[in-house]
Amino acid sequence: MNYLADVRALARKDLLLELRARDTLPSMLLFVVAVFVVFHFALPAGSSDRAASGLLWVAIVFTALLGLGRAFVPEREQRVLDALVLAPCDRSAIWLAKSIATFAFLGAAEVVALPVFALFFHGLSWSTVAGVALADVGICTVGTFVGATAVVTRARELLLPLLFLPLAIPLVIGGVGASVVDAPGRYLAFLGLYDVLFALLCWAAFEYVVVE
Amino acid sequence: MIEARNVGRLFGDKRVLRGVDLDVPRGGFALVTGPNGAGKTTLLRMCAGLALPSEGELRVDVTRERIGFLAHDPLVYRELTALENLDLYGKLYRVLERKERVGMLLERFGLWEARHERVGAYSRGMTQRLALCRVLLHDPALLVLDEPYTALDAQGADLLDEQLDELHGDRTFLVSTHDPERVERFATTRLVLA
Repeated sequence: MNYLADVRALARKDLLLELRARDTLPSMLLFVVAVFVVFHFALPAGSSDRAASGLLWVAIVFTALLGLGRAFVPEREQRVLDALVLAPCDRSAIWLAKSIATFAFLGAAEVVALPVFALFFHGLSWSTVAGVALADVGICTVGTFVGATAVVTRARELLLPLLFLPLAIPLVIGGVGASVVDAPGRYLAFLGLYDVLFALLCWAAFEYVVVE
Repeated sequence: MIEARNVGRLFGDKRVLRGVDLDVPRGGFALVTGPNGAGKTTLLRMCAGLALPSEGELRVDVTRERIGFLAHDPLVYRELTALENLDLYGKLYRVLERKERVGMLLERFGLWEARHERVGAYSRGMTQRLALCRVLLHDPALLVLDEPYTALDAQGADLLDEQLDELHGDRTFLVSTHDPERVERFATTRLVLA
């Protein structure tokens, strides 16, 4: 119960920080909508729905990257991560809370982005929405872990995409697959498996990336 | 409480600490001095459990919930108020009667009136006072203080003196400072890093 209370307190703090600073969500929203507008005009008329589905996933991954890049900024600016690491709570609670907050920001951006996508390109299938939701879990758990690894280095802006994008490739494969095939069950199961596996790995390993 | 034998630390190829021996008994007050770059902060971070030694043996005989660490940075969120910051740490440290303890500390360090202001609007001295509140919030057994007088005005420094007066002997201290005269009277162990 203490673990959940710690996660709740830390996630609430992240949401409160975003509410005050408004650094992350507005930039994610502007970015993802701008990307769809650019794609709308860049894609030649008569392009296939499959190409548009691919673009949706490109936009989601890079929008998430924008949010992940901001995720540990409050901790970095005042080195608050040191104080959180010293606190007696399980250190994985820091990761889980940050993942939940990032998931909330990404989800909020997608609540606007997906209808815009449907408007500019083609309608959304239930399997695309399910794929996005499952991929978001993987993006946020893995991305937060990688973000914590990168934040303590000098080359953090470079390191985050370098580490995150290769790990996000399976999510893109699963997401695009779920969006374009007639029977998406296999791809959704793959995304679910990725989420469980990587969430467990990140949960177990987080302790080792936050101590020098 | 702290036992260091031949402790050293490397960051890549760069050595920042070599062959440190230190014994601080329970209730002791260790004063660490030395020029900039001598490794004071690194040693304190290792004793607080934030970094591991590259060589040697370091034993700190206290669990991390009983450590209070004051760093160069205040380790508080600028977008939160003083009250929100201390409430968060109070929850994480499972401080009993959290609200009363937070209120008492804010009042003692002269921040009660400014408790609802965001820390970003605080002066450096006020932020340092808040950092001291954070360190004392969970009544730690080991206090690791890195340059605790930094940015404090005369009144703030006197407040800190009062706290040290009250707590020394009862708690264990590891303090680094460029102004050793200020805390010399408490020191039971001295370590000069070159």
